[in-house]
Amino acid sequence: MSEKQIDEISGVETTGHEWDGIKELNTPMPRWWVWTFYATIVWAVGYMIAYPAIPLINSATTGLLGYSSRANVDRDIAAAKADQSQYLDRIAQMPVEEISGHPDLLQFAVAGGSAAFKVNCVQCHGSGAQGSPGYPNLNDDGWLWGGDINAIYDTIAHGVRWEADDDSRFSDMPVYADLLEPGEIRQVAAYVYGLSGTPSDPALAEAGATIYAEQCAACHSDDGTGDVEFGAPNLADAIWLYGGTEDEIAQQVANPQHGVMPGWADRLGDPVIKQLAVFVHSLGGGQ
Amino acid sequence: MTDTRSQSTNVEQFDAEAVNAAWARKPLYEARKKIFPKRASGQFRRFKWLIMLVTLGIYYLTPWLRWDRGPFAPDQAVLVDIANRRFYFFFIEIWPQEFFFVAGLLVMAGLGLFLVTTAVGRAWCGYTCPQTVWVDLFLVVERAIEGERNQRMKLDAAPWSFNKVAKRVSKHAIWLMIAVATGGAWIFYFADAPTLLVNFVTGNSQPIAYITVAILTATTYVFGGLLREQVCTYMCPWPRIQAAMLDENSLVVTYNDWRGEPRSRHAKKAKAEGKVVGDCVDCNACVVVCPMGIDIRDGQQLECITCALCIDACDAVMDKLNKPRGLIAYATLSEYADNMSLATAGGTEPINPSLVRNADGSFLDKVQHFNWKILLRFRTVLYFSIWALVGIGLLVALGARDRLGVNVLHDRNPQYVTLSDGSIRNGYTVKLLNMIAKPRVISVSIEGLPGATMAITGIDQPEGRSFAIPVEPDRLRNLKVYIKQPPELVEPGKTAFKIIAEDKNSNEKDVYNATFDAPEDK
Repeated sequence: MSEKQIDEISGVETTGHEWDGIKELNTPMPRWWVWTFYATIVWAVGYMIAYPAIPLINSATTGLLGYSSRANVDRDIAAAKADQSQYLDRIAQMPVEEISGHPDLLQFAVAGGSAAFKVNCVQCHGSGAQGSPGYPNLNDDGWLWGGDINAIYDTIAHGVRWEADDDSRFSDMPVYADLLEPGEIRQVAAYVYGLSGTPSDPALAEAGATIYAEQCAACHSDDGTGDVEFGAPNLADAIWLYGGTEDEIAQQVANPQHGVMPGWADRLGDPVIKQLAVFVHSLGGGQ
Repeated sequence: MTDTRSQSTNVEQFDAEAVNAAWARKPLYEARKKIFPKRASGQFRRFKWLIMLVTLGIYYLTPWLRWDRGPFAPDQAVLVDIANRRFYFFFIEIWPQEFFFVAGLLVMAGLGLFLVTTAVGRAWCGYTCPQTVWVDLFLVVERAIEGERNQRMKLDAAPWSFNKVAKRVSKHAIWLMIAVATGGAWIFYFADAPTLLVNFVTGNSQPIAYITVAILTATTYVFGGLLREQVCTYMCPWPRIQAAMLDENSLVVTYNDWRGEPRSRHAKKAKAEGKVVGDCVDCNACVVVCPMGIDIRDGQQLECITCALCIDACDAVMDKLNKPRGLIAYATLSEYADNMSLATAGGTEPINPSLVRNADGSFLDKVQHFNWKILLRFRTVLYFSIWALVGIGLLVALGARDRLGVNVLHDRNPQYVTLSDGSIRNGYTVKLLNMIAKPRVISVSIEGLPGATMAITGIDQPEGRSFAIPVEPDRLRNLKVYIKQPPELVEPGKTAFKIIAEDKNSNEKDVYNATFDAPEDK
């Protein structure tokens, strides 16, 4: 140990360090401060032993307490599922049309269906289920395959033109561009346009009526109201999936477009399909 | 090491001393010096007892007042029902959206504080501040157990003995009991008091109740019992703000040194020697009663809470000496300045009491005395006017407020739906508010929008333009409403119409101006 150096002016001991004639005074930390500092070191070591801390190549040390944030998340999810299961179990055992008779189940199903809809359905049907050309609006009262809750359930479960599912809804309109002359297609379009309003050219429409009776009435029925058995759209209402102008109708007659909807039964499971059906049915257009 | 400066012989020498020289250095924080206020008696002390009784009475007893509101609402006169978001105050029930009433009351409280301060100085601090009231209460306990000032000082200085421990333990125990009662009273404002008391004692209350009581117990005990005047001096911002609210015409506790100085402990002897003496006999009675530990004779001080106990103490002494009261008194600074000017011959001489006195000891007519008319001046009138205006506004709003309401949220996604027959349908969320504690049937109808009909989900009634909806007492009812207009009557774009909620029995009515959306190109 070197000899103690005392600063002449202040009378305080110096550390012995000197820069350009200026000496550093030895002004120690308060004792409590130092002890607090030591305590934090001890605490850190203990923390490192108790909790996961040191990164290894593929993992980290696990710590004595066995704490894991992933395990906590798993536990939380399991708890949430257990909470939901009391409702989901009852929904699973119940025919879909009976759910609305139980207010608590109805509320749960609408909320769950809404959440499932936001994940799986909004990409085509829109966030408000309002649809877009080619994708049906689920708020209105026009239903290609029926709008009661069982029909909605079946459509969601098995899809439309979903070839992976044998129970899928299937309808196919012939390509009339191959079967009819362009003039005839215009005539039919004029007639069909007139079914839900006044035709633009009554003469064309009159000619189209004959063609309609021969070619179209089998599926779309004599008065144009369609048939949900075959998924044949109602042509006599104000709802048009592919557009309701005369040109758009002619286009759809000549080269029909067919939408495809996946069957969701395998992917989402029965209780979720039931919740979705209840939710869609609750949107205001259910029959 | 060599110091080049010291080698010079012609340097200037300073007669200076380091402010923070080692020998002069003091600890930054000095320990608190204990204050042992002596009990005062007099008119202000009596007034303070009265205020203490009234304020503590209001605080502890209010939750226990009952108020019959019928079977559907609580019968506690003052209740802040946070769980159900209702605030009950006697005959008034406030819903969350009416919280501006509470805001208005807070504005009134603020303005009222300004008004009182401008008129009569720090009356709030001296008489009604909870800190003052509870410290006073704690001092009552301390005096009852440890005795008057001298005994308390002696006990404090004495070594620990059984007697001292017993006194201290019982004092702190009673303080803690008061603190628990204080914290306990607070929670009764937030739930039915009798039920909560039973649940609290039997351990069935929610943790928040126990936590609240624990925190308020701790703060009451620490602030009122241990910290006392330090809260006012170091923690409270109000003395700083309050100084700005005072002016030369506000009442403050003032030592009238134009009359008291020069003070003398041996006035008779000094007088006999031909010296000038004032009325102050330097008995320190004003100092020993001060709960803030100040000497009012030092002049206006931030620490002074104008509790006027020094006035009581001094008046008692003046009575004994057969001198007029008011050596320490509530006075305005302008009045004080006038008298001071008189006593010092316009500031040219030291204070000479004979300049303000007649030969018989009575005061000259020129001496200013407090005139109550001074309370009526621009600032006080202004504060009072604004205060009263806010109050009248609140009363008018209270009288005119609706007890029935309708709020409408228009569905935006989708904005409208075209139905198969070409009708346009809009969806709405309609909230019906029944703000009285009785069940009501509220009629919901639409006005305007020709041909439109309405359907309400969950209400088993055919489509129409008017529905009768039962709403539970004091509740809000949410309805999903679909309004549909036939195609031939639909106007393109937005159409304004009204959704009306009405109680046919009481003729109360609320109208919501809604819009109906339809395609632009229809």
